[in-house]
Amino acid sequence: MIKNGRQFKDRWLQRFFFCIATASITILFMISLFLFMEGLPILKKVSVIGFVFGKLWYPTSDPPDFGIFPLIIGSLTVTAVSAVMSIPLGILTAIYLAEIASARVRELVKPIVELLAALPSVVIGFFGMVIVAPFLQNLLDIPTGLNLFNAALMLAFMSIPTICSISEDAIFSVPIALKEASLALGATQWETIIRVILPASISGISTAVILGMSRAIGETMVVLMVAGGAAMIPASIFDPVRPMPASIAAEMAEAPFRGDHYYALFATGIVLFIFTFIFNLIADHIAHKYRQAGEASL
Amino acid sequence: MNANQKTAVLSKPQKITVSGAAAESLKRRRRLIQGIMFFFFRFSAAINGAALLIIVYFMLSKGWRAINWAFLTQPPMDSMTRGGILPCIVGTLGLSIGALAIAFPIGVASAIYLNEYARPGRVLRIIRLGINNLAGVPSVVFGLFGLAFFVIYLKIGVSLLAGALTLGAMTLPVIIGASEEALKAVPDSYREASLGLGATKLQTIFRVVLPAALPGILTGGILGIGRAAGETAPIMFTAAVFFTPYLPKSVFDKIMALPYHIYVLATAGTEIEKTRPLQYGTALVLIALVLGINLTAILYRSRLRRRLK
Repeated sequence: MIKNGRQFKDRWLQRFFFCIATASITILFMISLFLFMEGLPILKKVSVIGFVFGKLWYPTSDPPDFGIFPLIIGSLTVTAVSAVMSIPLGILTAIYLAEIASARVRELVKPIVELLAALPSVVIGFFGMVIVAPFLQNLLDIPTGLNLFNAALMLAFMSIPTICSISEDAIFSVPIALKEASLALGATQWETIIRVILPASISGISTAVILGMSRAIGETMVVLMVAGGAAMIPASIFDPVRPMPASIAAEMAEAPFRGDHYYALFATGIVLFIFTFIFNLIADHIAHKYRQAGEASL
Repeated sequence: MNANQKTAVLSKPQKITVSGAAAESLKRRRRLIQGIMFFFFRFSAAINGAALLIIVYFMLSKGWRAINWAFLTQPPMDSMTRGGILPCIVGTLGLSIGALAIAFPIGVASAIYLNEYARPGRVLRIIRLGINNLAGVPSVVFGLFGLAFFVIYLKIGVSLLAGALTLGAMTLPVIIGASEEALKAVPDSYREASLGLGATKLQTIFRVVLPAALPGILTGGILGIGRAAGETAPIMFTAAVFFTPYLPKSVFDKIMALPYHIYVLATAGTEIEKTRPLQYGTALVLIALVLGINLTAILYRSRLRRRLK
């Protein structure tokens, strides 16, 4: 009798915990719901094609232009340039930490990478604005240091920790037997890393790279403060740009409540959300589909 | 190439033969390549360290002069060109503690479900996908969501509460991840012993598993606070305002916050150059707060690992 009561209680508790565990999905669902509710009304003013591929973003002129193509290009170029820097640096550091560094160096470097990840984005943006921008401007003799390259550089240091720590997990979980077999065949440590360990952990490393880029494309404060803010398609990497998050953050305070500008900014949020959502789905797909060799899997 | 290398290694013991010299030179070349590549690895790791040091160095060297007792205990004065940042410190503490109060119970309970109850299958896969995607939502999108849902739809208004709820939703994946890892680290023999003694699943979780995992879970909580304290975009539309001379009296008050204060002073203030020292000072306080929180978590965790060994 008592035992039945206890089992009954346990079953209910399991359901209770299950309900709480669905909170993340519920929030994710609510985010998309409210983005669409507040963003879709812009389609009464401009078509989907006109919005996404429109080359003019003048939301406050009369008549206003709501074309976010320059903003999308801004986001993509900043992310791509930052990836050129962050992918090699992140992966090389991960290999260094997992395979080369001695235990003592590792204990020291790992927290440094974690602290780099913990630096608030607004501080990195501030640093890029007041230290790096004047430096670049003098060094390269360009009209403004607040530009695509500077923003990409700052973003790189925000995505390196993501790339590094996930790659390191992947490299670390390569079965030691594979490594030992390679070394026993006479391969050097470098040959083992490039021919055995990297191929075995490539799915984890790809996941890391995609999540790092997803972080870079969604990052707001850095591009808001450092990218220069010009809503145009850049001709060189030293041109100012206005990525999507920067536009949303800078203009939301001034946009009249539930006016066209307000709807357009939420719709920009939808586009941004879709970008990162696709990045995350790809990362998830790779992590599940291409499991690692041997007992190692992410 | 491959075959050559193998011969080279196999012939190593017979140093007297003619091929021994060739093998030696090949071996030297392979060593050299390894040396060059390892230099690149060390170099990239060093760049990360250098980046952290350079940022902290500049903030310290330019910010420490601005920091004194009055700076930490006074509100801003003369349209924010003088005075301190007390309301910002209070606001940031309120936001991050509020966010944790919301995310911590939900996060730990989610982790308990995922690690103690859930069986592998479609449901678990979907829940995990949800958590991973929530972790990837851009911070400014959280800001939009907070504005549309908490501020407007639930009519909470721009307030400490709306900001804490938004930040809570954002830190949830951090807490779940850390708690799950901590639960995973509890050996199954603990659970089996408890169940074997006749305890129910719930008793096992609350009296055996959770106490054992508590330090790891708390580390996750600390990291969550650090994350929430440094975020700007989610609170821009939901909680923070340019200036309020009062400290918040209730959770429905608008607040000032350190990250937003830096942004406002550096980009939208009336005298950007004149307030530069205040900007550096505020940035330094924020760095000290966030890095302090994270360092605490890191040290606590490494002490914990040593004890587990």
